[in-house]
Amino acid sequence: MKTSADLDSSLYQRLDDYIESVKEKPGILINVLHKAQEIFGYLPDEVLEYVAEKLDVPVSKVFGVVTFYNFFSRKPKGKYQIKICLGTACYVKGGDKVFERFLEELEVEPEEPTKDGLFSVHPVRCLGACSMAPVVLVGEKDFYGRLTPNDVPSLIKKYREG
Amino acid sequence: MKPVVVLVSVDSNSVLKGAREYKNLLIDLVEEYNLSSVVDVLETGSFGVYLDGVLLEVLPDGIYYLVKSSSDVREIVEEHLLKGRRVFKLEVPPEKVRAGVVEKIEVPQETRVVLRNAGVIDPTNIKEYIARDGYAALAKALTEMKPVDVIEEMKKSGLRGRGGAGFPTGLKWEFTFKVDADQKYVLCNADEGEPGTFKDRLIMEGDPHSVLEGMAIAAYAVGANKGYIYIRGEYYESVRNIRKAIEDAYEYGLLGDNIMGTDFSFHVSVRLGAGAYICGEETALMESIEGKAGRPRLKPPYPPVSGLFGKPTVINNVETFANVAPIILNGADWFRSMGTESSPGTKVFTLVGNVVNRGLVEVPMGTTVRELIYVFGGGVEGGRKLKMVQTGGTAGTFIGTDKLDTPLDYDSFTKYGVSIGSGVILVIDERHCAVDIAKNVLGFFAHESCGKCSPCREGTRVALQTFDRLSKGLAKKEDIEYLWTLADVMQQASLCGLGQSVPVPMKSLLQNFADEMEAHLKKECPTGVCKFVKEKPRRPVLR
Repeated sequence: MKTSADLDSSLYQRLDDYIESVKEKPGILINVLHKAQEIFGYLPDEVLEYVAEKLDVPVSKVFGVVTFYNFFSRKPKGKYQIKICLGTACYVKGGDKVFERFLEELEVEPEEPTKDGLFSVHPVRCLGACSMAPVVLVGEKDFYGRLTPNDVPSLIKKYREG
Repeated sequence: MKPVVVLVSVDSNSVLKGAREYKNLLIDLVEEYNLSSVVDVLETGSFGVYLDGVLLEVLPDGIYYLVKSSSDVREIVEEHLLKGRRVFKLEVPPEKVRAGVVEKIEVPQETRVVLRNAGVIDPTNIKEYIARDGYAALAKALTEMKPVDVIEEMKKSGLRGRGGAGFPTGLKWEFTFKVDADQKYVLCNADEGEPGTFKDRLIMEGDPHSVLEGMAIAAYAVGANKGYIYIRGEYYESVRNIRKAIEDAYEYGLLGDNIMGTDFSFHVSVRLGAGAYICGEETALMESIEGKAGRPRLKPPYPPVSGLFGKPTVINNVETFANVAPIILNGADWFRSMGTESSPGTKVFTLVGNVVNRGLVEVPMGTTVRELIYVFGGGVEGGRKLKMVQTGGTAGTFIGTDKLDTPLDYDSFTKYGVSIGSGVILVIDERHCAVDIAKNVLGFFAHESCGKCSPCREGTRVALQTFDRLSKGLAKKEDIEYLWTLADVMQQASLCGLGQSVPVPMKSLLQNFADEMEAHLKKECPTGVCKFVKEKPRRPVLR
């Protein structure tokens, strides 16, 4: 198994430990991929091959699963992933306008990281926080609700300055 | 975990009657009689009733005692705990205590069954759940009822699946019970992904044990010993609280092998969804738990015959499971005293969109759309005019103001063309255009269609493109007729519930907002949202 220089072998060790702890359970592939994405930040092809070999399933199956689910990404994402809800409840509260403003301010296309690798913007369908519509989720836990396009620059600034 | 637990109700009232002193005395006496290895004494919150003394509950027996003096405490320890003899003169009938289970929270006319503990207890503390009759229903089922009795009670209660389809829960359990198999499963569908819905998230975050208890009772009823909760990967808090709840329940012997000292064993694990709306469809969810892409299976066979890993499986929604313990504890008649004849009980609704108070509300079935919006929601925000309401979720109906007085239950769709679905009430004010909304809804389905069957895969895309042309003033009258035909085809020929229900919002928009659709044929958008173009449009970008 070849591993590229920029993927730290200690990361593979963490993945190995997890796989060892769960590999007896049936149908565990998706949980392993969750873990792998948590460890590597995204799922490069060599990680997919690695998981396939470890779990003894065809790479094609792993690939099929990864491309089926929105949560998995085969491309690197920004350090801060900005998820903007475009579900109906957020849409009627102007979620689409907030989304457009993020793309403008960061000068990026959806799903692509910014040049400095700090941000990526992802349209999503319902984050389950509809009472706060329109909703933006930064990272895993930072929810922002009742946003207007004018709130976007200060929000970006907050993360840029860390 | 110790086999016997004595709960001491400690609240502002009982403290004045000596609750703390009695608790300390209990601990001392348990020590004195060398019972420390088998008896736990725990402090809990209020049982919800106020009596002239301090209430104790002895688990797993589920016996309540009212103590008024130190000698009462001594008698309970010496008789009940040491010799296993009930002290009848100090007992309080459970009905008297359990009357306090369903509390009216101080919100106008709300009736909380499912949300009985949400916001009242610490969801990460199993003791607080136990103190509010938590796991008492499981104890009752395991010690006083046979599996058939549990199923009979559920059938009598008339509880219908809260995921949206409204299938009778008791029947589902009975089908699974009747199939002989070496292995059966109980699944909890917590892959809440319907735009506008977040009720399951709040139940799992606020009262995770209520879901586990419902699952355990279901497992006992159908003869399953293994269960999975399939939670949306994005619901970090829910995952955290459910995992903690499972851990604690194992520690207290309420999950695992030989629960409460009986022959019944039940193991639960969490599986994470990975962002696919289709996985809320029951067979797609099973595929996903099996580690595959979540594409629905052809039915029949139905899950009670062949479900997860090909074994008989009960699958219910989070809210359905949260209803189970109160039904077993209080009985089917109590449950039927709420709601409507065909749909008893309560329903958790989510009020979203252009409404003043956005959030969750639990009310009896049969509450009208108008009451939900104006009594609980406080009306349309900014004093604007109400234009339309989408009820039930993204796969639900769009109605105009003429249907606001429809009482919502599982029959309101067939009777009045207003669906209850997963309980979304999406309020849309006069600034929004019906065609534009249609594009948003179809955009969602075109993105989330799994692609397995062509009526859904192609139908959602063609419908999106047609509404897109309509919004640009490029559609003809035949296009609208074609949308009707397309909706019929999808409804009849799609493989699963996703494709079959896309026509629900489509048809209700076409029917209830026909004038607005017609206007767009003449390049007129009454709300001014749509921008009309001359040239042929590009294909819309699917996000």
